[in-house]
Amino acid sequence: MDLGLIIQLGYVVAAGLFIFGLKMLGSPDTARRGNGISAIGMLVAIIAALLDQGIVQYEYILGGMVVGGLIGAVAARTVAMTSMPEMVALFNGVGGAASGLVGVAALSIADGSFTYITIILSILIGGVTFTGSLVAYGKLSETIGSGAVTFGGQKFVNGLIVIGILASAVMFVMDPTNTNMLYTVVGLSLLFGIMVVIPIGGADMPVVISLLNSYSGLAACAAGFAVDNNVLIVAGSLVGASGIILTQIMCKAMNRSLSNVLFSGFASVSTTVTEVEGEIKPISVEDAYYVLEAATNVAIIPGYGMAVAQAQHVVKELMELLEANGCEVNYGIHPVAGRMPGHMNVLLAEADVPYDQLLEMDDINPRMESVDVAIVIGANDVVNPAAREVESSPIYGMPVINVADARTVFVLKRSMASGFAGIENPLFYKDNTRMLFGDAKESIGGLVREFS
Amino acid sequence: MDVSYLLFILMLSVFLGFELINKVPATLHTPLMSGANAISGITVVGAIALAGSGNADMAQWLGAGAVALASINVVGGYMVTDRMLGFFKKKEG
Repeated sequence: MDLGLIIQLGYVVAAGLFIFGLKMLGSPDTARRGNGISAIGMLVAIIAALLDQGIVQYEYILGGMVVGGLIGAVAARTVAMTSMPEMVALFNGVGGAASGLVGVAALSIADGSFTYITIILSILIGGVTFTGSLVAYGKLSETIGSGAVTFGGQKFVNGLIVIGILASAVMFVMDPTNTNMLYTVVGLSLLFGIMVVIPIGGADMPVVISLLNSYSGLAACAAGFAVDNNVLIVAGSLVGASGIILTQIMCKAMNRSLSNVLFSGFASVSTTVTEVEGEIKPISVEDAYYVLEAATNVAIIPGYGMAVAQAQHVVKELMELLEANGCEVNYGIHPVAGRMPGHMNVLLAEADVPYDQLLEMDDINPRMESVDVAIVIGANDVVNPAAREVESSPIYGMPVINVADARTVFVLKRSMASGFAGIENPLFYKDNTRMLFGDAKESIGGLVREFS
Repeated sequence: MDVSYLLFILMLSVFLGFELINKVPATLHTPLMSGANAISGITVVGAIALAGSGNADMAQWLGAGAVALASINVVGGYMVTDRMLGFFKKKEG
């Protein structure tokens, strides 16, 4: 058997392992093994690539692998779970940049228009993913402001950039010796990545991360076409599909179209004033304890505020005390709670909350009527009944967790400031709602002390 | 390789991807994303061939850079996903 065939078979095995690994991610029981299988697939693919006889110098490869591997390992070990969104954003960007570089390097072996087109595509998608992810990282880690940056004529400027990219791409493909056009594509792609992410605000980040995740896959896919490699195409398109599905889920959970998220910040609609009846009824930690002590069914609804306050561990303590008191405790998790898909689940899992108690929105809502106390921790828009009741509300139609159906609702909140979307929340004024003001971690810590 | 053949592979794997990912529960969306991220580091395979090609200096350096970046993705992605999935436990008893 010749070496070329062995290499190709190695790629086939790798692709099969990726697919099998992703399949096993379908259940929390098998997910960890699935990830391991996927990693073995990657190892097989890398070994197969190294067998290539065209490789005459291993120094560059090994150097790159050692440097990159070390950085990756340290980052993966030290990152705090609350910072996962920024970490994933950064990884997306790195992947995009790698595919873009592969595109540029492939120029030395390229021939034929189709190859040049795919090279341009991998540079374009890779470049956009790279800078877009850096901006997303900046917003998520709050090294730059997390708000939406908009200015007059933004669409016009973006339109010009797109036209510029298209024009220079076409000119380069027609005359590949014209490297100035190539540099123009590179520069404009990088600029475009920044331009598309700056107008998107912090609460819409789950959509952006998912989309950039998809792009990093598509960039790998385009690079696969550029270097004529099957396994890049298969793996890249699996990742691309995964990102697109997550994007769809996030958009649906916010009842907004993708174009609405990408092109119009919430800022433009947040001026709507809704008349809210009723009054705010604060409750003390002590009184909240008496209510909880008598409760037999409690639902906890976490939001981004729980991550900010680092309250997940003390929440778990409260859960244990409640359970010891004969109470059933479940968590209701909205798809867009937090800054990336599934963010809350990971935080709670880290705090040792069993995953079978983490319920999706559609599972917890029908049970809400039998819940004695719903505790809302640092969530706002995802529990806003205005989404169901107030037709003029900007979030009208968005699926929310119906906490108001519970007998009593505790809302843990720092102050009366409105949520990210800047929308009044009628929940706070409902008859059965009690506000527990203060830092979430301290408030729950207070409840824990009352119990013990 | 034949272009139509590559496009054929692309189409099939996109459909397969949609089918597979649709079955992943919301609980696992964060690990799914970081795991997918690690897989997108597959671009390392393309980078390896270019970094070791021995021709054109520029391509080698660019290839080496791509290998480094993609290795961050591969190693970091798989490790952090494993770390996260280790947290997910069923209720005992």
